[in-house]
Amino acid sequence: MELLKGKVWKFGDDISTDLIIPGKYKFKTIDFNELAKHAMEGADPDFSTKVNKGDMIVGGDNFGCGSSREQAPVVIKHSGISAVIAKSFARIFYRNSFNVGLPVVECPELFDNVETGDTLELYLAEGKVIARGRTFTFKPIPPFLMAILQDGGLVEHYRKRGGFIWEKPTR
Amino acid sequence: MGMTLAEKIISRKIGRVPVPGEIVVMPIDAAMAHDGTAPLMIKSFEAMGAKKVWDNKKAAFVIDHISPSSNEGTSALHKMMRDFAKVHSFPLYDVGEGICHQILPEKGYVFPGGVVVGADSHTCTHGAFAAFSTGIGSTDMAAVFASGKLWFKVPETIRIKIEGTMPNNVMSKDAVLYSIGEIGADGATYKAVEFCGEAVRKMSMDSRMTMTNMAIEMGGKTGLIASDAITRDYLEGRINVPFIELSGDGDADFADTLEIDAGDLEPQLSCPHQVDNVKLVAELEGLPVDQVFIGSCTNGRLEDLRIAVKVLRGKKVKARTIVMPASREIYLGAIKEGLIEELVKAGCAVGVPGCGPCVGGHHGVPSQGENVISTTNRNFKGRMGNAEANVYLASPLTAAYAALKGKIEVPLGA
Repeated sequence: MELLKGKVWKFGDDISTDLIIPGKYKFKTIDFNELAKHAMEGADPDFSTKVNKGDMIVGGDNFGCGSSREQAPVVIKHSGISAVIAKSFARIFYRNSFNVGLPVVECPELFDNVETGDTLELYLAEGKVIARGRTFTFKPIPPFLMAILQDGGLVEHYRKRGGFIWEKPTR
Repeated sequence: MGMTLAEKIISRKIGRVPVPGEIVVMPIDAAMAHDGTAPLMIKSFEAMGAKKVWDNKKAAFVIDHISPSSNEGTSALHKMMRDFAKVHSFPLYDVGEGICHQILPEKGYVFPGGVVVGADSHTCTHGAFAAFSTGIGSTDMAAVFASGKLWFKVPETIRIKIEGTMPNNVMSKDAVLYSIGEIGADGATYKAVEFCGEAVRKMSMDSRMTMTNMAIEMGGKTGLIASDAITRDYLEGRINVPFIELSGDGDADFADTLEIDAGDLEPQLSCPHQVDNVKLVAELEGLPVDQVFIGSCTNGRLEDLRIAVKVLRGKKVKARTIVMPASREIYLGAIKEGLIEELVKAGCAVGVPGCGPCVGGHHGVPSQGENVISTTNRNFKGRMGNAEANVYLASPLTAAYAALKGKIEVPLGA
């Protein structure tokens, strides 16, 4: 996966799926472009009009907490965001992000060293992100999740391989 | 060294002792999606090119979140679910059947030692039956519907040990809210939460399910309780696999242990807009209450309705009060016991079994600045459909008192 480069939108701790995409919208449609108009609405009502393709979200602890709605990483991806880098993620959001092809990275050190508007360079495979000339490293993404991401998400992964990578014994 | 309950269930599935942190693949015993997640699951399943649902006895759909439908868009998604379930001939529990996390145990999908996945974060509820049960997203669910298997990271376990006897104005909801306040909203992320101790062993299944339901509110992957004679009684006649008693070993390697003396517990309130913002009811006495909701997968069971009736029988509510039984079975039970009549006479609006106002789609969206006391599990900003409303989470006893008084008050024993 090539280098990702984009501008930062910074959010705090406990950004819940209700803030990312309020429940009232998700029951009415599965049109992703329609839903993406409400991306991050609970945390920043104008987000979808300000965000540019390739931008990145930097979050605090417990990003994506709350419901299992996959619409949360979906709307973030469809709003143009290329990756989310947070101190930590809620586990269902973390899984869902790989499944929909949205790169998510846990890098606790980054948070205090960037602000909205900064430019980030993210090297996923190498496990590093560069901000304000400083390099921050993170634990590399497990190879099977990286494979799903490189295929463009779980649907494309299955279409391409005719099965799931984890169906082979892992140990 | 022994195994935690989560490790024990996983070991039975993979045939060896699991190591926390490793990735394992497990066969799935039950898989469920609801109207908030099934449409996207169907979209992913079809986009994958999957042809067949792996096992039509283990798959289920439930229409509970916006049920009955309140608008055309939702109705179209409900129809999409019905069509898919029909084509692949597996059960769909339609409008009026109740909430997915209540239906699954009632209909025999959940048993000790089973692995249950649901496209809903509160799927951790089923751990009350010593099943490894966790929430997943729609595309993960599509993978399960296609293959019958899924990968899991073996979790470490946080143990919550509740010894002694709870005061009679304290319910299991208070014990779990207190635990969340102590552990924090992300204190158990990626981990299993195992509830044990004398107070837990004495609890009914209704009370136990309230606690495992809220494991996710500490970030937990699943909430677990040992299966015993109380579990057996509930599952008798519902499951078609042999019942087994499963419990965690006391000498297992726990990541952390929270010890609670049940006798010290007081009625708790989770305050806006974070579930771990937990205070004592006593600290907020006198706060005016506009709406009360008694129901949901957390507290919409028969025991909860009985408590509400004990408080409200022969009296009138002072706050707008919505009550929704968690399932058709509970609704019928409540009718037979005369509970529904008492609630209606007391001025409550009793609604159709389902998620109701919990998720903010319909059936009681609060107004700007209103205070809501709810027996549900989340109070995030906007959760009940209005970001300007204040949602406080409480036990059914505390909620019923708030309904009766029109303000927050420490409940007397029920």
